[in-house]
Amino acid sequence: MSTPSLATSLETSDRPTDVRQTLIEVRDLKVEFNIRGGVVKAVDGLTFDIKRGQTVGIIGESGCGKSVTARAILRMVPRPGKITGGEILYYRYSRYPGKDGKTKDIEVIDMTKLDPDGELVRQIRGGEIAMIFQEPMSSLTPVYTAGAHLNEAITLHRLLPVKTLGDQMVEKIMEYRPVTKDEARAIAIEMLRRVGIPKPEQRVDSYPHQLSGGQRQRVMIAIALSTEPYMLIADEPTTALDVSIEAQILDIMRELQQTANMAIMFITHNLGVIASMADEIVVMYMGKQVERAKVVDLFYNPKHPYTQALLQSVPKLGPKTGARLASIEGMVPDPLNLPTGCVFHPRCPAFMAGKCDKLIPNWTNVGDNHWVRCLLYEE
Amino acid sequence: MVNYLIRRVGYALIMIVLVSFVSFVIIELPPGDFLTQKVEQLRARGDRSAEQQVEMLRRRYGLDKPFLERYINWATNFLRGDFGESFEFERPVGEILGARLGYTVVLALATTLITWFLAIPLGVISAVKQYSLTDQIISVISFIGLGMPGFLLALIIMYFAIIVFNLEVTGLFSPQFQDAPWSFAKFMDLLGHLWLPALIAAVTGIGGLVRIMRGNLLDTLGQPFVEAARARGLKSRTVTWKHAVRIAINPLITILGSEVFPSIVVGSALVSIVLNLPTIGPVFVDSLRKLDMYLAGTCIVFLTIMLLVGNLVADLLLAWVDPRIRLE
Repeated sequence: MSTPSLATSLETSDRPTDVRQTLIEVRDLKVEFNIRGGVVKAVDGLTFDIKRGQTVGIIGESGCGKSVTARAILRMVPRPGKITGGEILYYRYSRYPGKDGKTKDIEVIDMTKLDPDGELVRQIRGGEIAMIFQEPMSSLTPVYTAGAHLNEAITLHRLLPVKTLGDQMVEKIMEYRPVTKDEARAIAIEMLRRVGIPKPEQRVDSYPHQLSGGQRQRVMIAIALSTEPYMLIADEPTTALDVSIEAQILDIMRELQQTANMAIMFITHNLGVIASMADEIVVMYMGKQVERAKVVDLFYNPKHPYTQALLQSVPKLGPKTGARLASIEGMVPDPLNLPTGCVFHPRCPAFMAGKCDKLIPNWTNVGDNHWVRCLLYEE
Repeated sequence: MVNYLIRRVGYALIMIVLVSFVSFVIIELPPGDFLTQKVEQLRARGDRSAEQQVEMLRRRYGLDKPFLERYINWATNFLRGDFGESFEFERPVGEILGARLGYTVVLALATTLITWFLAIPLGVISAVKQYSLTDQIISVISFIGLGMPGFLLALIIMYFAIIVFNLEVTGLFSPQFQDAPWSFAKFMDLLGHLWLPALIAAVTGIGGLVRIMRGNLLDTLGQPFVEAARARGLKSRTVTWKHAVRIAINPLITILGSEVFPSIVVGSALVSIVLNLPTIGPVFVDSLRKLDMYLAGTCIVFLTIMLLVGNLVADLLLAWVDPRIRLE
C-alpha cells in the first residue's frame, strides 16, 4: 500500500470545472465486519474512480457490499465494520477561501486516514459529498419539518459571498459569511421548488408524515443538493418508490446533475435504472469487484459469467416466447464461509474444475477500460 | 382540542367515582370494622366500659348505617371538601393529609428530578457506547438498582450512616429545626435531609428508566433518519441528542404521567416508613391495615385523580412534542 499523499498540491490549472477530472479514487478498499461468528469481508479489494460530473453505477445482489462501499467513502461504516485496508482518495477543491482569503488548490485527502467524527470529515460529509438513502419513508426525523432538515444542511455547509475585495488578475478574493435564518429558508424553498414539490412555500413547513413517499425522497434530494455538493451518493434511492415516481426522481437527479456538474455514485440492483443513469458500471459479488466497464460495453458485451447471468435474469418485453426467465443457479454463499478460488465458482455456468475452485482470479484488462476478475480471461 | 379536553375530563370524573366506590367496597371486605379492632384492644387492656363506648363511637362515625348510605354520605361530603374523619387519629382526614402534603410533594419532586437527571444521561451513554465497559458497568448497576427493593437499600444505608458514619438520616429536619419557623437555615437543613431519602427512593426508578432509555435509544439509533442526519455532516452529539434522543424519549413521557404524578400522593411509602419521613405514604399504608375507611378512601381517590391528571398531562405533552399524534 502506498503512503497516503495528504494535502498534495496539484497544479492550479486543474479546476473542478474540468469535467473529466478525478474526484474520488478508491484503491484496493477492504472493509471487514468482526462479528461473533468470524470476520465478514464486506468489501474486499475494490478499485474504481469517479470523475467530476460522471455517474458511476454499482450493481450487485443484496449484501454484496454496495452500501458498505458508499458508507466507507463518507466514513460512516456502521459498527462493528472497519476499513481494514486500501485508500479512498478524495481530490478536494475547497469552494470557499481559507482564513487568508485565498482560494485553495486541490488537495488529495485519504478519507480512510481521517477521524470519522472529525471536523474535516463533517465538512466533506453532506457539504461536498452528499448521500440519499433507500428508505425515504423513514429518512426524515419525524418531529422536524422538511424546512428544518434543509435548514440544518444549509446553515452547516453554505456560505454566502459578502463582497469582492479585489481583482487580482484572474482570482477574485471574496469574503464569505454564514447564511441567515431567512436566507436559509429562502434557499430551502427554492430547493424544494427545484425538485418539483408543489407549493414549496407551504410544504417547507410540512412534517414528514404529511408528505408522500415520493415527496419525502424529493425532500431528501433537496437536502442533499442544497449544499451544492461535488458528488451525490444515491443508495438505491428509488427502491421503495413506485415506478412512475421512480422515473420522476431519476429525471430530477439527471437534470440537477447537468446544471451542477455533480458526480453521482448510483447504487442499485435494478439494471434498467442503471442503464439509463450511469456512464460506467462496477459489478460486485460477495464484496468483490467482478467487472467494471462503460455502460454500453457492459450491457452489450458482458465478460464475467456473473454479469452475463445478471443480464439474462432481466425480464424482457416482447411477444410471448414461453421460455422461462433465466435465474442464477444456487444460493448466495455464507459470507463467513466463502468458497475457495473464485467466490462465484459454485454458481458459475462456465466453471472449470481444478482451476476456478483453486486459483483466485486477477483483475484483468480485457479492452477499452473494461476490467474483469475471471479466470476465463487470464492466460 | 377543547372538545377533546372536555371529553377526557368527563371520562376522568366517571373513573374517579368508580374507583372510589370499588375501593370503598374492597376496604369493607375484611370482616369487622375499625371499631371491632378497637374493642379488642380495649378489652385486652381490661377496659370494661368498651362495649358502651363502641356503640357511641359507632353512631358518631355512622358505622351503624348501611354501606351504601355511608358511601354516598362520604362522597357528597367529599365534593364539599370534607373528607371525613380518621378513626385512628380522631382528626379530620383533610387536616392529617394537609399537614403531610407539603413534604410529600417536595420529596416526590426531588425523587423525580434525581431519577430523570441521572437516568436519561446514563441511558443515553449506555446506548451510544453499547457493549463498551461503560455500558456494562451502567447496566450491572441499573440491574442491581432495579432488583433491590427501596426499603432494603434504605435499611442498609441507614445502618452504615448511623453505625459507621454516625450520621442522622431519618426525618426531614434536625431536632433544633423541628418546630422552628421557616427560615433559610431551616430550608438548608431540609435540603440536607432530603437528598438521601430522595436518592434512595430514586434508585429503583433510575434502574428501570436507564434500561428503558437505553433500549429506546438503541432502536432509534438504528433508524434511517439517524444515519441521514449523520450524512448531513452534523456532529455526533447533535445527531444523538437532536435526532435520536428527541425521538427515543417520547415513550418516557407516558411513564412520567403514570408514575410521577401518583407518586406525589403515595410515592415511596416503604422508604418513608423505614426512614420515618412525615409523608402521606406511611399514613396511607397504615390506614389500609387498620380499616380507617375515610382516610384510606381519600388517599385512593387522590391517587386516582393524580393518575388521571398525569395521563392527561402526558398525552398533551406527547401531542406537543410529537407532531404525528397531534389532533387535527
